[in-house]
Amino acid sequence: MVGILFGAGLYLILHRHFFKLILGLMFFSLATNLFIFVVGQLTRGGTAIIEEGSEEAVEPFSDPVPQSLLLTAIVIGFGILAFAIVLIRRVYQVLHTNDMDNLNETDKIEQPIYPHE
Amino acid sequence: MLVAILAGLIVSLSSPALYKMLGKWLFVPMALLPFTLFIYFCAFLPSVLQGHTFTSEYRWVPSLYINLHFYLDGLSIFFALLITAIGTLVMVYAGGYLTGHPLLGRFYLYLSFFMMSMLGLVLSGNIFCMFIFWELTSISSYMLIGFGHENAASRYAALQALLVTGMGGLALMAGLILIGNAGNSYSLSTLLTRQELIQSDALYLPALLLILLAAFTKSAQFPFHFWLPNAMAAPTPVSAFLHSATMVKAGIYLLARFNPIMGGTPEWQLPLLIAGSISAVAGAWLALQQTDLKAILAYSTISALGILVLMIGIGTDKALAAMLAFLLLHALNKCTLFLIAGSIDHATGTRDVKLLQGLGKSMRPIAIAASLVSLSYAGVFPFFGFISKELLYEATLEAESNAPVSFIIVFVSKVASVVIAFVLGYRLFWRTSTAPTVVRHPCGRKLYMPPLVLVFLSLLFGLLPSQLATPLLNSASGAVLSRGIQVDLHLLPKFSMALLNTIFTFIVGYLAYAQHNRLLNVAPRLLPLYNTGPESWYQQAITGLLKGSVKLTSMIQSGYLRSYIAAIVLVHVGLVILSLWGEGPALNISTRLDQLLDVKVYELVLLVLMVGSVFFLFRTRSRLTSIATMGIIGFSVALLYLLFGAPDVSATQFLIETLTVVLFVLVLHRLPPFRFLSHRYRRYKYIILSALFGGMMTYVLLLVKQFPLQSELKAYYGEHGYMLGRGRNLVNVIIVDFRALDTLGEITVLAVTALGIMALLRLRAEKGGKL
Repeated sequence: MVGILFGAGLYLILHRHFFKLILGLMFFSLATNLFIFVVGQLTRGGTAIIEEGSEEAVEPFSDPVPQSLLLTAIVIGFGILAFAIVLIRRVYQVLHTNDMDNLNETDKIEQPIYPHE
Repeated sequence: MLVAILAGLIVSLSSPALYKMLGKWLFVPMALLPFTLFIYFCAFLPSVLQGHTFTSEYRWVPSLYINLHFYLDGLSIFFALLITAIGTLVMVYAGGYLTGHPLLGRFYLYLSFFMMSMLGLVLSGNIFCMFIFWELTSISSYMLIGFGHENAASRYAALQALLVTGMGGLALMAGLILIGNAGNSYSLSTLLTRQELIQSDALYLPALLLILLAAFTKSAQFPFHFWLPNAMAAPTPVSAFLHSATMVKAGIYLLARFNPIMGGTPEWQLPLLIAGSISAVAGAWLALQQTDLKAILAYSTISALGILVLMIGIGTDKALAAMLAFLLLHALNKCTLFLIAGSIDHATGTRDVKLLQGLGKSMRPIAIAASLVSLSYAGVFPFFGFISKELLYEATLEAESNAPVSFIIVFVSKVASVVIAFVLGYRLFWRTSTAPTVVRHPCGRKLYMPPLVLVFLSLLFGLLPSQLATPLLNSASGAVLSRGIQVDLHLLPKFSMALLNTIFTFIVGYLAYAQHNRLLNVAPRLLPLYNTGPESWYQQAITGLLKGSVKLTSMIQSGYLRSYIAAIVLVHVGLVILSLWGEGPALNISTRLDQLLDVKVYELVLLVLMVGSVFFLFRTRSRLTSIATMGIIGFSVALLYLLFGAPDVSATQFLIETLTVVLFVLVLHRLPPFRFLSHRYRRYKYIILSALFGGMMTYVLLLVKQFPLQSELKAYYGEHGYMLGRGRNLVNVIIVDFRALDTLGEITVLAVTALGIMALLRLRAEKGGKL
């Protein structure tokens, strides 16, 4: 499943369209999160909450470390996404294009002048 | 000595400020600087002549054995005196030559900086120190040659000089490091005692070739000679200094310095003989075909440098003494000649020997200096040039091998200098002419005094050779050979082959001068031939480099985001595959398959839902639909989190997913409509790449899961979470308690993002403010 999400995300990013770029970003963030989650052992049932009355967590309980990482990751991912959406909206407003390929002005190099020709 | 060098650098750096204070009197402190140093080195002279050496060492980067180590012996002091003496005169001259130039302060900065780096080079006792000063001379000469930066030819010449000598500098660094490794020391005085160790090392040959490359580029030896004539784009004082005591002599110094370490072998001598011979002859030949005064002098410098290299290549006691004597002579005379050429240019506005004539009356002091220096340059009794030429002939006649060849080469070069002496000393000034060239303004004292002083010096050296020149040359050539030698210089000629040859040279030189005009007429026809010479190789290399880098850049930097991402992903996939290919653990499919099939029904439903949505997403053309589909996938992931014991994550995911969808819908009408922009063919490529990437990530994940996870953190938090954090939800405890600072950072990130978004949205208010 992670593989599919990664693949799909990349496929979308490779497209030229802005909108698909955003969707691809979403896919990537989902896939990465799931990846981390799965690496940190799946446990069915048990949560990372200590039972009432007990002072230590009792097995099986799920690993809290990847979960707290994930929480951070999800929120930050949302931050990036929100920024990307607004940024692209601006770009569309100003430049009236929806094509990534039209945004390569800054990367173009001028043809240099050869001194000996 | 460090104090001397540092003081010099400080004075040179302060020259623009001094210019504001002193105006046209700036030349006084700037000339005092080399003059003081000259006196300073003179104080060392008596003890150095007795064979003492002085060292002073200051720690700089001791861990890399790079120390500011100064070493003064016969060779160093010879060069140091030459540099400071000529430096003094050039500084004075420059004050007259560039009077009123708005950038005079800057010019003096470059010039004195150049002089100090040259001085540092000849005084360096540590090979890294030597390399640094070597590069400083390259850089400061770049500044000097490109001083008239409004002129494209100037900039071109400066860049060319920098590139050629910079290449030599790189070679020098590599060569020096190899020598340092072979001799197991970076100190020059130690290396000088380890000749056998270095010569028996396997690194000897590469080190030798690199050192030779460095010396040949710096000293303008064939095939790297072309930068030197172009460097005459610099103001004349610079050319005078560059051609006489500095820059081109740096390569000669390097060869002389390393002669006791590397020399004495055929590998060392043969390249020197070949390069020196070709340069000597080619320089002489080309010099005779020029009509520009400075070009004539520049090519004759190449010829003289060739002779110097040739003499080092011959390597006998006599040859080295002759080399140093000729070096001294060349420094004195070439500087004078350039200064004279500069004065003529300054006064008449042209440097073309065909246009200049009858200047003897209008520029009397310059004319006297020119005639005298020409006599010395041509090797006439009793000037120092005479003694030097005798020595050269003797050295070639007594050479161990190839004596006739080297004799002929020296002969050709000398004939050329006789011709040049005739042109400069006679033709320009004294030949009767009907229409003398108009002199626009007379030359001031600052313009004619330095050449006169130099002429006087070369006369003095010629008249009193045994008192002045002999001790200096003996101690210097002793350092070049690392043993004491005795060569006595005499003014009064002994009747010998050498004397006969000197006379013979003069006669042939006069005959050649008579034919000179004819040669000048033929010269333009030979231009196409010269245009295929080494300079055109240089131009092709530079152009090729430019074109190549343009191609490479436009290939790498295509400007398409997708190409960049595709490249990154491909490299990533490639690297992972590469590292897994060999000894990487193999995936045990059968056991993993069992685990994979262990799926509950409701989990399966979720998976199917997600896969279905992904494919639906690809098909749809409606933006709203795709956002909704995205929502489905997000919620499914959230449910998965819930099922596998992560309620907090799941809750967050739900929230965020909802927010995302809301955000999308809010700005949806402002977003571009959905269209397929890519070609079908390209889409297939994307699909393959994406599938590859997805497959790889799956494989890696499965592989990682194959190994049990030993999480000490999990146990730690399980044990102490409640006791230390007083919270039952471990995830929350971690976030707000154990890793509270991380969370603070996260909040900051979000705040910054919010600010950015605000800025982007607000920008719309002021329509004029474009991005």
